[in-house]
Amino acid sequence: MNHETIEKNLGLMIVLIILTISGGFLAEVVPLFFHKEVNQPIEGLEPLSALELEGRDIYIREGCHVCHTQQIRPFRAETERYGHYSVAGEFVYDRPFLWGSKRTGPDLARVGGRYSDAWQRQHLFDPRSVVPESNMPAFPWLFENRADHGSIEARMKTLQTLGVPYTDEQIASAADELKGKFEIEALVAYLQQLGTVLSEKR
Amino acid sequence: MSTFWSVWVIVIVLGTIFGCAWLLLATRKGQTNDTETENTTGHSYDGIEEYDNPLPKWWFYLYLGTCVFALGYLALYPGLGNYEGLLGWTSTNQWEAEVQEAEEKYGPIYAQFGETPIPELAQNEDAMKIGQRLFANNCSVCHGTAARGQVGFPNLTDDDWLWGGEPEQILHSIAKGRQGNMTPKGVMPNMTNEQVDQVVNYVLSFSGREKDAEAAEAGAAVFAQACTACHGADGTGMQAVGAPNLTDNIWLYGSTYEWIKETVVNGRQNQMPAQEGRLTDDQIHILAAYVYSLSN
Repeated sequence: MNHETIEKNLGLMIVLIILTISGGFLAEVVPLFFHKEVNQPIEGLEPLSALELEGRDIYIREGCHVCHTQQIRPFRAETERYGHYSVAGEFVYDRPFLWGSKRTGPDLARVGGRYSDAWQRQHLFDPRSVVPESNMPAFPWLFENRADHGSIEARMKTLQTLGVPYTDEQIASAADELKGKFEIEALVAYLQQLGTVLSEKR
Repeated sequence: MSTFWSVWVIVIVLGTIFGCAWLLLATRKGQTNDTETENTTGHSYDGIEEYDNPLPKWWFYLYLGTCVFALGYLALYPGLGNYEGLLGWTSTNQWEAEVQEAEEKYGPIYAQFGETPIPELAQNEDAMKIGQRLFANNCSVCHGTAARGQVGFPNLTDDDWLWGGEPEQILHSIAKGRQGNMTPKGVMPNMTNEQVDQVVNYVLSFSGREKDAEAAEAGAAVFAQACTACHGADGTGMQAVGAPNLTDNIWLYGSTYEWIKETVVNGRQNQMPAQEGRLTDDQIHILAAYVYSLSN
């Protein structure tokens, strides 16, 4: 086949370009869709409760994932500081995942239970009151705003459609669970469960 | 990975590499000669013509070299489906090797310190250097880099202990954590506003700072009913339940009338998270010795 044939047949050229650039995707990404390690939850992993899910949405809204990763890599320096390295099965209910790509602050993949609730609240209200050298912004409005209980049912239904095993009862009681709660309670609930399923911390 | 996906990956990866090599060689075949000439390909677009010259040799061999490199890499490292590579490398066993190496290097040091009794270890300069670093990494976020604490997080450098300052008690606090809980209004949920004012004055009077002596006097009866179960009849606290001594003028949640009133009315919940499992037993032992050394 010479150049002319390809260059003068736009359709053929498109097909050949797609073939060329899809090699990596077909070899590296497509097989993952069918991997047990990647799409099966690890033992004990439960979908987030309504309160934790609301906390996760606040986490996304406030852009926490821009400065905090949620992925511990298998290096000793990381496992010494943060705990057991992250495994794919921990994230099967994460849609979208919040692995992040930049660590201005520390990794949060296993921050659950590391600090007390009181510390988390104090730290989110005024980070420098507990960590003087911190450059994290303060989030005082979380202590004034109420959690959004109106849309939680729709959000959980969407996740259910995507394969997160919420029961209909969980979805039906979600709004009641959130009613009257402050945003800070939701966010702290979300943070306190992060990475706690993998019990072997070291 | 199932056999199907293994074969799928192998076919695509090898196909891509050989495809690239083929493309390079196939396009070269049409070249009329191997050296630079003035010949053109013959086509002209808007008067722009193209020399019909071969690829520069360095470029050609570099291209071929990348194909060879890819094959060598795939022979050594896992990349072809289920094939594990001649080196047997995985990210997990690299991590295990790193941990193993560190264990061999630091393990004996930690083991030696782990067996030393805490009061003795607190005198050991090397151990305390490790302890200071462990503290900075794991504890200072709440207790402060100087271990002096802050509102809600105890000062570890003084002689006042919520849960006890003996080596065993410190070890327990770090390893298992502590759960402090003061119920609102103690064990007297129907405490009136007037009684709250009285008991706050009474508590302040322990350190001679009552605002209203009369109220403080009346507060003794309220205190006896609501607070003595945990804080003791004389207000000196009870370490078994983490109830602070109220008579030493050291305050976890602020010392003013308003702060103490807030504590009485709403109670306090606090937690020291358990470090067992996050740190090794030896690390916890060294940390306990470090904390012990701060006030002994």
